[in-house]
Amino acid sequence: MISPVHAWVLTRFRGNINIYMGNEPVSRSLASQNLLLRGATLKNTEYIYGVAIYTGMETKMALNYQSKSQKRSAVEKSMNAYLVVYLCILISKAVINTALKYVWQSDPNKDEPWYNEKTETERQRHILIRAFTDFLAFMVLFNYIIPVSMYVTVEMQKFLGSYFMMWDDEMFDEELGERAVVNTSDLNEELGQVEYVFTDKTGTLTENNMEFIECCVDGNVYVPHVICNGQVMPGAAGIDMIDTSPGPDAREHEELFFRALCLCHTVQVKEEETVDGIKHGIHQGKSSSFYISSSPDEVALVEGMKRLGFTYLRLRDGQMEILNREDEIERFELLEVLTFDSVRRRMSVIVRSSTGELYLFCKGADSSIFPRVISGKVEQVKARVEHNAVEGLRTLCVAYRPLSAEQYGQVCHLLTRAKLEFQDQDKLVAEAYDLIERDLILLGATAVEDRLQDKAADTIESLHKAGMKVWVLTGDKMETAAATCYASKLFRRSTQILELTTKRTEEQSLHDVLFELSRTVLRHYGGMPRDTSSGLSSEYTDYGLIIDGATLSAVMRPSQEESNSGNYKEIFLEICRNCSAVLCCRMAPLQKAQIVKMIKASKEHPITLAIGDGANDVSMILEAHVGIGIMGKEGRQAVRNSDYAIPKFKHLKKMLLVHGHYYYIRISELVQYFFYKNVCFIFPQFLYQFFCGFSQQPLYDTAYLTLYNISFTSLPILLYSLMEQHINIDILKKEPSLYRDITKNSLLTWPIFTYWTVLGIYDAIVMFFGAYFLFDNTTFTSNGQ
Amino acid sequence: MYSMSMWNVGRGRKKKGRGMTGKGELLHPGKDLSVLLTSLFLCSPVDCAIKAMVKHEQEEFPNRPDNTAFTQQRLPAWQPILSAGIVIPGFVLIGLAFIGVGVGLFITSRDVQVLELDYTGAVATDPCYKCSDPSIKNCECTMEFHLDTLFKGPVFIYYGLTNYFQNQRKYGISKDDNQLYGDLDTFKSPASECFPYGYDSKSKPIVPCGALANSMFNDTFRLYRMVNGSKKEVPLNGKGIAWWTDQNVKYRNPNETPLINAFNGTVKPINWPKAAYELDTTDVYNNGFINQDFLVWMRRAALPNFRKLYRRITKDEYQAGLPAGNYSLEISYNYHVLSFKGKKKLVLSNISWMGGKNDFLGIAYLVVGSLCVIMSIVMLIVYAKFKFPEED
Repeated sequence: MISPVHAWVLTRFRGNINIYMGNEPVSRSLASQNLLLRGATLKNTEYIYGVAIYTGMETKMALNYQSKSQKRSAVEKSMNAYLVVYLCILISKAVINTALKYVWQSDPNKDEPWYNEKTETERQRHILIRAFTDFLAFMVLFNYIIPVSMYVTVEMQKFLGSYFMMWDDEMFDEELGERAVVNTSDLNEELGQVEYVFTDKTGTLTENNMEFIECCVDGNVYVPHVICNGQVMPGAAGIDMIDTSPGPDAREHEELFFRALCLCHTVQVKEEETVDGIKHGIHQGKSSSFYISSSPDEVALVEGMKRLGFTYLRLRDGQMEILNREDEIERFELLEVLTFDSVRRRMSVIVRSSTGELYLFCKGADSSIFPRVISGKVEQVKARVEHNAVEGLRTLCVAYRPLSAEQYGQVCHLLTRAKLEFQDQDKLVAEAYDLIERDLILLGATAVEDRLQDKAADTIESLHKAGMKVWVLTGDKMETAAATCYASKLFRRSTQILELTTKRTEEQSLHDVLFELSRTVLRHYGGMPRDTSSGLSSEYTDYGLIIDGATLSAVMRPSQEESNSGNYKEIFLEICRNCSAVLCCRMAPLQKAQIVKMIKASKEHPITLAIGDGANDVSMILEAHVGIGIMGKEGRQAVRNSDYAIPKFKHLKKMLLVHGHYYYIRISELVQYFFYKNVCFIFPQFLYQFFCGFSQQPLYDTAYLTLYNISFTSLPILLYSLMEQHINIDILKKEPSLYRDITKNSLLTWPIFTYWTVLGIYDAIVMFFGAYFLFDNTTFTSNGQ
Repeated sequence: MYSMSMWNVGRGRKKKGRGMTGKGELLHPGKDLSVLLTSLFLCSPVDCAIKAMVKHEQEEFPNRPDNTAFTQQRLPAWQPILSAGIVIPGFVLIGLAFIGVGVGLFITSRDVQVLELDYTGAVATDPCYKCSDPSIKNCECTMEFHLDTLFKGPVFIYYGLTNYFQNQRKYGISKDDNQLYGDLDTFKSPASECFPYGYDSKSKPIVPCGALANSMFNDTFRLYRMVNGSKKEVPLNGKGIAWWTDQNVKYRNPNETPLINAFNGTVKPINWPKAAYELDTTDVYNNGFINQDFLVWMRRAALPNFRKLYRRITKDEYQAGLPAGNYSLEISYNYHVLSFKGKKKLVLSNISWMGGKNDFLGIAYLVVGSLCVIMSIVMLIVYAKFKFPEED
């Protein structure tokens, strides 16, 4: 019955259902609106009849599941490299001893003194076989040099160490009542190695707690309440007009504007107290009903309208009820909802007022509304929108279109035809929407604030000081995102902003822009040595890059015909490398992951960290070396897919600067110590072979050989690697630049590894020859033994 | 009597658990009841209050981590700050202490008397040269030596071998531990490790088998003191020269009397002049596998140049040591070492509180101590040079 549309295409579904009434099957077509995906909530109805169509591994969710690849830390990689070195040492030791054995045995009196003769079979055995067995015997003898138990200890250290992160009281958030969650213990030390931080904006840098700030109708600004010295005056919940009083025409627009905002949304009123999603009390005293919506912006808007005197009450029998300023209930019949999608970036409703007039109200991003507007005070609204965007507010534009009955008939026709179409339904619907949402009359704009998270700026500053490059990846528009970046000190006033946006690439070709930017950056860096004398030069070198999704995809697009497409990527990376902060706006979720992947694959192979709170950050979190989820408002997907989850963005500072630092130091010492102690242990055995005729005589008792790694030496270093604090926690937090000391796996470089190995060999020699001379032909006990 | 039995019942029940209020317990008056009451009226309310408080806190933030020094990584720690003011005096102190210990050890070691007598007979002028030819059997030779001063007792006599690899792995495992533990089954079929010293040419099992036992050192010594031109034998004590564990735990004679019966159908090791049960026929506890000389030999030396305890001089007038004078050492020379360029020697030594003569430890202490002092002087110079101008 179900047509095999590719199961991983989430947005499309087609099928037929045959209903048997009597003997005649009645065939009905099914489309995506008949499909309930996992996690859907039942609204407005008590029950529905349903048929399960995909189950188990066939569900779209399972098919879309990106298998979590094993993340390995840099420490583990260097551990493996060291192991190879030790294997070589082991083999060379065995080879040296085998060779020396046969040199030594060339004298028959040494090979076979009268007191130790060989059996006949031993004598007749071929020399190669003897040499090989000797080699193997030496391998067995020296195999303890490979620290097998290190893996056990390292795993234990990581596992136990992760508890300290969960136990950290400073990473506990009282507001959410949540503490840090560690989903994997493999990456503790990687937190100390991060070079690139990719952060989401909404919900991560900001609180995702939308607050309606103002609206603007034809250039007249309305603020829902007076704010005095940061305190809300509850009594002044009227409309404050900042600009001139409106004329009668404006008055009409104003009424329409408020109704538009009250009607043009998909907010539901929930009467119960326990609801999933976003909760907000409608009435201050009664917390019995809430506005819920998939988008917190809409809730903020509807709430803002309530404060301005227009309360959206409920949707009943296709009638939307509004309580207006005069406490009268106005009823509008909801005829059509042209739902929001990320391509159009707007939504519309068609309503019939109680007087019978038909309206289309449209609300959307300014870029998608302005081109469709035919009248209205575009200039004033545009100015206000831009002003608000610079302030870091999220803006939406509202427009309307009065419809005659005839026009409405056309609309209905268009929509029904599009929806009935089996093939290319989505495309037709989009076309229909496009036709309907035109000739709009601009009403005004709204501004919603998404406040920065507590200490977000401080955290970003610390990360900068710690030498990390912070990239903000957001779906927001450039101006809003840039304002947030300034507020969070990602960009400072001194930062020179390089723009790589569609606006610029429209003027020049992408090629030219890229080359120009790279020249700017590189020229400056070329001239650096001369500038270093001036104290301000370090400030001046700060570059910030802003790039938008469209340009980015142009940069990354692998085009066959152009041989220098790879060059674009290279140049872009070169620019990025020289920028301390990068802002990527208008990003699709997949693009976020692409960026992370691109940086990961660049030639230095930097360690990346992605932090986000929503489902759209999951791909990025999975892609980065370390994925951190914020326990935000947009569900738990990010938390579930992350390696670590923290309640707030500010906790990232302690996570990286303190825990990451400690665990890197601890584990690197642990690893080095393990190699050291095994050299120390086994090298005397090697030396002893020179004194026992290379006969593979073990120096230690078997029990001692077995227990050395397991019990004698593992516990002290385990405790050390859990407790060591070479620098106080407070100092680490105060001085983020200390983080730079440990970047690039600096404690596990070859020189340091060699140092430990040489130290091990030295200690082994001291111990062996110390004992050799100490016990050389002397008496230890009082009875002469 | 009746009340007594009731009391007993009460005690019995009480042991099982305080919560049980059996008849017996109720009948028993006094202490137990008061304890019961206390537990009811004093402990429980406090417990309840604590529980309630904990519960209240948990209700507020069930997820809140414990705020303890351990979980918050605030355990007290001590980290020395190595400043010049601490390090330089520290080095001087450590250096002086090491030098002191080193001097003490060195002087002690120097006072230990050691007399080594090489009797290999490698050179024609040696008194034992005549015996060094392996073809000569039952050779006897005599070495004379002179002591200028009293050789303080207790004096230990060691025999030493050089270039002798008792630590060869194959050689070392060439024995049958079960056999040496007195297991008669292995007398008939020695373990394969013993080969080629498991069976003789007539396929008779060798007991004790193996290269280690076969090569047992079999030179014997007699020491004479020359008193007024006549020889007077110095009594040598052969008891207690082996490890206690070897004699009492690891090695054991088969449970047969006389011991010779156990060795029926076996032959002695090829190089041995007499069988294991004939090692010391005078003392049952020094015969067979628990013969002290045998045990000393079987305890392998770690290095190719080694010495093993042979006898002690503890008896009679020699308790205080060997008086000055001339001595004569009679050696029955059976053991040949020249084929592998080895040497044999007899060592007379006494000990101090730190053991036998060993200069190494004292020298090591002296070297480390002086290095510390020198380093502290160097640091002082560096400190003076770079620190003080800064203050100006």
